[in-house]
Order: sequence, then structure tokens, then C-alpha cells
Amino acid sequence: MVGVMVEDERAALAGHLMAVAERRDKAAFAALFAFYAPRVKGYLIRQGCQAAQAEDLAQEVMAAVWRKAGLYDPAKAEASTWVFTIARNLRIDAIRRERYPQVGLEDGARELPDDRPTADDMVATGQRAKLVQRAIATLPPDQAEVIRQSFFQDKAHTAIAEDLGLPLGTVKSRMRLAMIKIRAALGEQEP
Amino acid sequence: MSVTHHPSDAVLIAYGAGSLGEGLALVVAGHLASCPRCRDQVASLEAVGGTLLDEVAPEAMDPGALDAILARLDGLPADAPPPPPPAAPASLKLDFDVPPALSASLAAPGADTAWRVVGPGVRQLVLHRPRVPGGPTAMLLRIAPGRKMPDHGHRGLEMTLVLDGGYTDAMGHFVAGDVAEVEPDTDHRPIADKGRDCVCLVAVDAPIEFRGPILGPLQRMFGR
Repeated sequence: MVGVMVEDERAALAGHLMAVAERRDKAAFAALFAFYAPRVKGYLIRQGCQAAQAEDLAQEVMAAVWRKAGLYDPAKAEASTWVFTIARNLRIDAIRRERYPQVGLEDGARELPDDRPTADDMVATGQRAKLVQRAIATLPPDQAEVIRQSFFQDKAHTAIAEDLGLPLGTVKSRMRLAMIKIRAALGEQEP
Repeated sequence: MSVTHHPSDAVLIAYGAGSLGEGLALVVAGHLASCPRCRDQVASLEAVGGTLLDEVAPEAMDPGALDAILARLDGLPADAPPPPPPAAPASLKLDFDVPPALSASLAAPGADTAWRVVGPGVRQLVLHRPRVPGGPTAMLLRIAPGRKMPDHGHRGLEMTLVLDGGYTDAMGHFVAGDVAEVEPDTDHRPIADKGRDCVCLVAVDAPIEFRGPILGPLQRMFGR
């Protein structure tokens, strides 16, 4: 595992994204490219893309970052989360030729009804990223593995169970335990 | 809000990761429109994706990739916010709040434009047909009051989102916004509530698709 991301780095990336959004700042874009393009490419290769296709898709993701920066809302998502959703959706579009139905971060989601009492149970964005990062780092290895497999393989739980040679019920219960820890880290109540 | 049946954690994880097929993802997106709690879960999972992206071993880009893209930037205008999807045609008589993701699917090429009677008291509208044989991966069903849903086989996971009305089966009572996950080989014959039609979105795992340069295109050509 590569080192845990420090807060300064996180804030710098969000700042670059805002600079692209507000001023079409190419130096800020170059900084985003230096950080994200090799990671998006690495991510796609982990998911089974050939190097040339991963290169093309990573470039396409960065072009989308440039085009969509104005739609980025720092109150809704941390920079890496937003870039992840762009990469995820473009990959699905390119490889599966499907459109991913989503309630979009990427496009600056339309406001949806939320009848909960405000604020108290909602976690601020920067806070969410930090807490999630810490929760992932402290998951027991078997739970961390099913989460990583979910994100790094283009496979749903049935196929992951086959890959790991585990009963489906075991994989689902590990996923559930991992989600309980992530929810607990965010201070959310179990339903 | 009366949503009490949510997607499982495993399905929410697959949705956040992007590994859910288009049909099942549509069910989840439809549920999210009426469930702030699950929207939070997905936001957390997308943050997990962001964390894993930060931590993944970087792969060097081609030399010159940055210069090439910098040279293109001025020709890439900023995206405007996407327009809301078109409203569902009035002829479909969808007299309830249609989740935005579903409106988009109804308007997409390949979706049926009219209900078709498939049994007594049951009408169907196919949203996605896969590029391979094996039946639709997502459809709307409209069940007349008090009627049973038709019997149907499915190999993978099936998910149902209630859009209007309600139904009862062995798992309980389901109303608008509720999601049911049904594993294969389950005897699953919900009965629509009395009083009004029950409209549901039903989706299954994408059927197996051949990959590779020869079988893939052949299947796409002949497999309809």
C-alpha cells in the first residue's frame, strides 16, 4: 500500500480543480494530470485493461476533468472521489458500451428530496474522505480483500466469490461487516 | 418516507464500484432517488473508490501525453450542466414521480414505447435488451390490482424496484421506493395490492457475453 494521503495534498488537489473550474488554469490542470493520470491508468490496468487502452482512457478521463471541472462541487465530494466517478463511468461506457445510471456526483446532482433532520447525521465531505480512508486502512484483511476485489475487478459479488473460492454467503457477509465498519467510522447508525 | 426495503450492502458496493450491470444499476439508481440513507452509503463507497485511486500503484503515462492534452484543451469547451431527462410519454400512463435515471432509460434508443400485454392483468415494457440472447435485462411491469406477477426464470440475481402501488410476497409488503433482491431459483410470485396498479422495475444480471475478436462481433450480429 502506498502511504496515506496527507491533508495538505488533498487540499492542494481540490484547489487545483477549483482553479481549473474558475480560471481554466492550465498549470493547475498539469498538476492534476501529474497526480491523477498515472493513477487512473494504474487503476484501469488493475481492472484488466491493456496498457494502450488504459493510456487512451486515462487521457479521456483527464479531458473530462477539464471539461467538467465547472460542475465539480467541493461540498459534495472530495477531488479523488469525483475523479474516481468520472473514471468509473467512462470505463463502463468504453468497455461495456453501457451508460451507467447514476444519481450523479459527476454532473452535479440534481437536488433530491431529503426529509432527514439536517446536518447532524451528515458528514462533511473532507471529513468523509478522511474517515473512509482510515476505515479502509483498519479493516481486517479478509474484509479489505472483498472491498478491493469489488473495486479492482469488474465483477459483482457472485464472480468474486468464485474467484476467491468462497461461498457467496461468506463474501456477502464480509461485505456487510466491512460496510458496518465504514458506517461506524462515519458515525452512521445501523438500520 | 416509507422506504423500508433497501439493496444489500453487496449490491451497493457493486454499484459504487461500477461492477453492476446496467439493468441492476438502474434499479439501484431508482431507489437512490427516494432513499437519502442509501445515497449516503453510495457517497461513502465512491469515497472508498477515491481512496483506492489515491493508493493504487501509478503507471507512467506515455511521454508527451501531457503536452498532447495541453494542446487540445482550448478546443475542449466546458460542459454545461446536463439537461433533465425528457419526461416519460403521457401515453405510458406513469402517474407517479419517475426517477430521473428511469426517465433517461425510457427515452434511450432500444426501449419499448408502448406497454404490451403479456398475461392476464399484466403488461410489460422492455427497457434494455442485451446484445446477446437471454431476454431483457430491465423492464417495467404493470400488474393489475390483486393480480399475481407472472412466473419467470432467471439465472442470476433479480432485483425489483416498486415505482407505484405495492405488492406482497413471502418477504413482506413492498411499496414505492422499496427494493427486493431475489436470488435464482426462488419461488417468487408477488401479489399486487388491491386498489391500484402496481408498477415495478424488474432487472436481472447481464447475461453472459462472449468476449474476444471473433465470437463477440458474431454474437452481436446474430444474437438478437
